[in-house]
Amino acid sequence: MISMETSNLTKETLKKMFAEGKRFDGRNLLEFRDISIEIGVSNKAEGSTRVRLGKTDVIVGVKLAPGEPYPDSPDKGNLSVSCDLLPLASPRFEMGPPGFYAIELPRLVDRAIRGSSMIELEKLFIEEGKVWTVFIDIYPINDDGNLIDASTIGAIIALKNTMIPVLDEKGMIDYEKKPTKKLPLSKTYPFSFTFYKLGNSIIMDPTREEEEACDARITFGVSYWNNQYMVNSCQKTGELSFSKEEISKITNILSKKFDEMNEKLKKFL
Amino acid sequence: MKKVKENKINEEITEQEISSEEYEHAKRKPVIPGEIIVSGEDYLPGDGTRREGNDIVANRFGLAEESGRVIKVIALTGAFIPRRGNVVLGRVTDITFHGWIIDIGSASQAFLPIEESPKFVSKAEMDQFIAIGDIVAAKIWGVKSKGIDLTLKGKGLGKLEGGFVFHTNPNRVPRIIGKEGSMINLIKENTSSNITVGQNGWIWIKADSVDNQIKARKAIEFVVEKVHIEGLTEKMEEWFRNYK
Repeated sequence: MISMETSNLTKETLKKMFAEGKRFDGRNLLEFRDISIEIGVSNKAEGSTRVRLGKTDVIVGVKLAPGEPYPDSPDKGNLSVSCDLLPLASPRFEMGPPGFYAIELPRLVDRAIRGSSMIELEKLFIEEGKVWTVFIDIYPINDDGNLIDASTIGAIIALKNTMIPVLDEKGMIDYEKKPTKKLPLSKTYPFSFTFYKLGNSIIMDPTREEEEACDARITFGVSYWNNQYMVNSCQKTGELSFSKEEISKITNILSKKFDEMNEKLKKFL
Repeated sequence: MKKVKENKINEEITEQEISSEEYEHAKRKPVIPGEIIVSGEDYLPGDGTRREGNDIVANRFGLAEESGRVIKVIALTGAFIPRRGNVVLGRVTDITFHGWIIDIGSASQAFLPIEESPKFVSKAEMDQFIAIGDIVAAKIWGVKSKGIDLTLKGKGLGKLEGGFVFHTNPNRVPRIIGKEGSMINLIKENTSSNITVGQNGWIWIKADSVDNQIKARKAIEFVVEKVHIEGLTEKMEEWFRNYK
């Protein structure tokens, strides 16, 4: 991705190691790091999670506010995902206007959630010209690679724990009343899986060092609906291309990866 | 008068309950910024400490050490502060008309002038000698407010070929090297690898096999995590015996 950040030596070494199927931390090429989840880290947010994927650390918060619907969907709620890449998270993040990655990351999370129709946006209608807007905010605290997958996990678990705040007579939010209603969600939920390519090897869940050495990546948003696995979204970035065989190899293991992830996070979903 | 009495009680407890190994630890105790290390007019503040009234207070996070009357703190974290004579590893980020611009992980950029290369390099063929993204081992020749000047003239300096580079905390480099290189030589012997440690915390490893490369890196990461433990060389030997 950002191959300028890494040295030529390290890139060559990683290429050789991946060809032998080895990694510095002893994982397989397609193995995830340990995931730990903390729920309700923010008391001001309607729902929040902290996800730790190895040393990668992301906080996701969900905030609800009444707002105007979009003209093309007057009876549906809105979904807005945003992300701040804080300079404290990584030496490659700088202050200033959002860069390419800061725009791409929330878009990937947004499309995975929207494509799987996890949030039942029709039920977020309040009255004519007024609907709930769901804001999902992503804050990486430490970037050790694979922010995309960690953010999606954080977003869906935060949504699962989101309560709708109570509105008073004037239509303003009354934060003193305890919310009782949960956010209307369908039974399905997405996971995103990002595959990175270096040389002829394909790896998952890279550390930052590995991520910087890689040439290309492809992200799939996957969900399970009506007894079948669905690919909801897909995006490829990077200089190199994926061959037809590589894509079919990747899509064949998506269902297995979805089940694995589902098993790990079952108690939070 | 009261203080003397307290000290006496402390001494008694030390003799009774604390074993000799823990007593060793008392000589080098971990401190955080603002912590009072000792009080009394008898002591003098050294590196990483300051005097506040009657107390010697830590400025940095690290291990407090008493050598005679002077109290100093050996820092465990913090940025790399370049000093003249340091051997560092760096990555070439740009090539200019007069030399190479090198990132050595400090606040300011480092510059390697074309005249400081060990052999003659024509200005037209600079990228054939050292290209962007290459790693060089260089010596700091001067530190100015504008930047850092490097040189490649010296033994073991130059462009690194093969192997890989990773970064650790520069404050832990002395422990990685050990007393007169004891730790680094132990790791080299046990992994049959070639290791260069830059003072900026960048480490280059080249081993004959991928497995040895991974082993050498894990060994160094073990040292970096256990810096505050005494007798680390013996622990390292044990670690190598237990490795797989």
